[in-house]
Amino acid sequence: MLYFLRRALHAVFLLFGVSLLTFLFSALTPGNYFDEMRMNPQISPETVAALRAQYQLDRPLPIRYAHWLNAVVHGQLGFSFAYNSPVAPLLWARARNTLLLTVTATFLAWLLALPLGVWSAAKLGRAPDRVLSSATAALLVIPDLVLALGLLILAVRTGRFPTGGLVSVSFDELSVLQKLRDLAMHMALPVLALVLSTLPMLVRHVRASVAEVLNAPFLRAALGHGISHRKLLYSYALRAAANPLISLFGFSVGTLLSGSLLVEVVMSWPGLGPLLLESILARDLYVVIGGVLLSMIFLVGGNFFADVLLYLADPRIRTAASAK
Amino acid sequence: MKQRHKLTKWLVVLVALHGIVAAAGFFAPYDPTEQDRERPYLPPMHVHLMDAQGHLHLRPFFYPFRLREGSFDQYEEDTAQIVPIKFFERGTRYHLLGFIPSRLHLIGTASTRIYLLGSDAYGRDQLSRILYGGQVSLLAGLLGAGVTLLLGALIGMAAGYYGGWRDELLMRIAELFLALPWLYLLFALRAFLPLAVSPLEAFLLVVVVIGMVGWARPARLVRGVVLSVKERDFVRAARGFGASDFYLLRRHILPETASVLLTQAAILVPQFVLAEMTLSFLGLGVPEPMSSWGNLLATLQQYNVLVSYWWMYLPALAIVPFFLGYLSLATALQERTSPYKMEEKTSWNLS
Repeated sequence: MLYFLRRALHAVFLLFGVSLLTFLFSALTPGNYFDEMRMNPQISPETVAALRAQYQLDRPLPIRYAHWLNAVVHGQLGFSFAYNSPVAPLLWARARNTLLLTVTATFLAWLLALPLGVWSAAKLGRAPDRVLSSATAALLVIPDLVLALGLLILAVRTGRFPTGGLVSVSFDELSVLQKLRDLAMHMALPVLALVLSTLPMLVRHVRASVAEVLNAPFLRAALGHGISHRKLLYSYALRAAANPLISLFGFSVGTLLSGSLLVEVVMSWPGLGPLLLESILARDLYVVIGGVLLSMIFLVGGNFFADVLLYLADPRIRTAASAK
Repeated sequence: MKQRHKLTKWLVVLVALHGIVAAAGFFAPYDPTEQDRERPYLPPMHVHLMDAQGHLHLRPFFYPFRLREGSFDQYEEDTAQIVPIKFFERGTRYHLLGFIPSRLHLIGTASTRIYLLGSDAYGRDQLSRILYGGQVSLLAGLLGAGVTLLLGALIGMAAGYYGGWRDELLMRIAELFLALPWLYLLFALRAFLPLAVSPLEAFLLVVVVIGMVGWARPARLVRGVVLSVKERDFVRAARGFGASDFYLLRRHILPETASVLLTQAAILVPQFVLAEMTLSFLGLGVPEPMSSWGNLLATLQQYNVLVSYWWMYLPALAIVPFFLGYLSLATALQERTSPYKMEEKTSWNLS
């Protein structure tokens, strides 16, 4: 129990640090959201000053931070200047779309990576392994920006897939089945881009960790007992190789909100990515901070989740933790 | 021996690739900002050896494009006119590596301009823009990696050498930076810096922003090396002879961290080139009329460009050989420092 408490405390410390860091960066900012208004002759300096006062931009940084922290404790993330609404619901609406995309992509990527990696490790150094390794190496040298743009071009040239948006304009008029189909078509490209960019790394990790345990004496013994290859690979070897993979899975879960940022922007998926970019350009301070913090919560949460899984999966960690 | 061989091979490849970009003035037929408003979005030209009548030419040539009848953006080859491609031709004035004035170009033509990779909205030569853009992107990546490694080495050495609360504090901050996804960090840093700046300022800004993002990992690795090195006998002996901290760090400890720093450099440079591309692609980096691989791609955000002018995607492919080179170099360096190789382990055959 103490183990979890320590990990949780660590997580809270990390989040606190990140929020402080983003606020510090914002203090270095030359200019803010209302600067453009100042240029406008139709808006009087008094109005701008009043607006600044209303959003407390005229107060010193520590006080602003204290106010913001107070709001966060009460479940709010501040106020967006551009949307003129609280940040939390704004972020949540976008985060849902991002999660729809990334959960699907992460699920698919792991579903493919596990058998491919195990298979590759079982055939280590022979033809299937070589082919697969070259394929992952090739995918690894294509950066995600290049990949996403390339897929987009392919899509517009074939004309089979919609390019951008969550659903079609006529979405409301469709039947349930057509709705699902429409959504799937819109998701296909960004999901493909995400899967292709995460898959090589996952396959390589699965292959490496399974290959490492394949030489273990207990597996030779199991083979000697006549246990089938399939069972040997998936139930014995994979379990012994699980630790680094569980950490990796935690990382996958952690990047659910942040990993798809670029792909979302390129494919105009209405998720957190475009919102964040928009608010950076508009200097919509609290949306940026809120977005970064939200994805940090996921990242920290993912790591914590991995710790819990490791604790449950590995008796060595359990005893080491309780011995302390 | 085999690993050394591999290392040399990839080093040669990388030097050659960088050489081409560094000598962009020579390899590019035109100045990257030179416009030809009569020929927007010209597709890549085809180089021929055989003409329409079936005669073989020794000198490669191309047919100039003319507008297809009744169309305003569809071009076709005008087979009545043959434009031979000349090599080592004198053309636009440029400065090789920024200081050697020259007019020599690898390829050129006497009359009609040649567009091997097509032209953009203003009729600027895409090939020239990619080559010159590479200078900006690669320099941003290299300088960014330099800044990062300098920061990482300094912080790592300070933390590892002095230890105690300083180590504790620095490593906690490093953890913070490691936890943040780098694209977010890049954005967050960029978000709080001025947006409307001159191209040169923007470039420096990009370098600084990129450089400040990645210091945490090299710092931690350097710290680890320093922790073990500072207890080694030769360092303790030097200290016993009364060497100062600075002398110890510079003469005995820094050289030991070289291999870690080199490997990190090979990993960081391509990442940072990509970071520049991403920032410029999103309009947060190097602005027009300067070209960089990122802002060349920015036109693809317009739907009609995406649909009709596929050659605007070509700048994206320019980074792939660099990625391959750097990744292979990093792998070769890693194998050199830790000669453990999975493939060579006697593997137990399962089937």
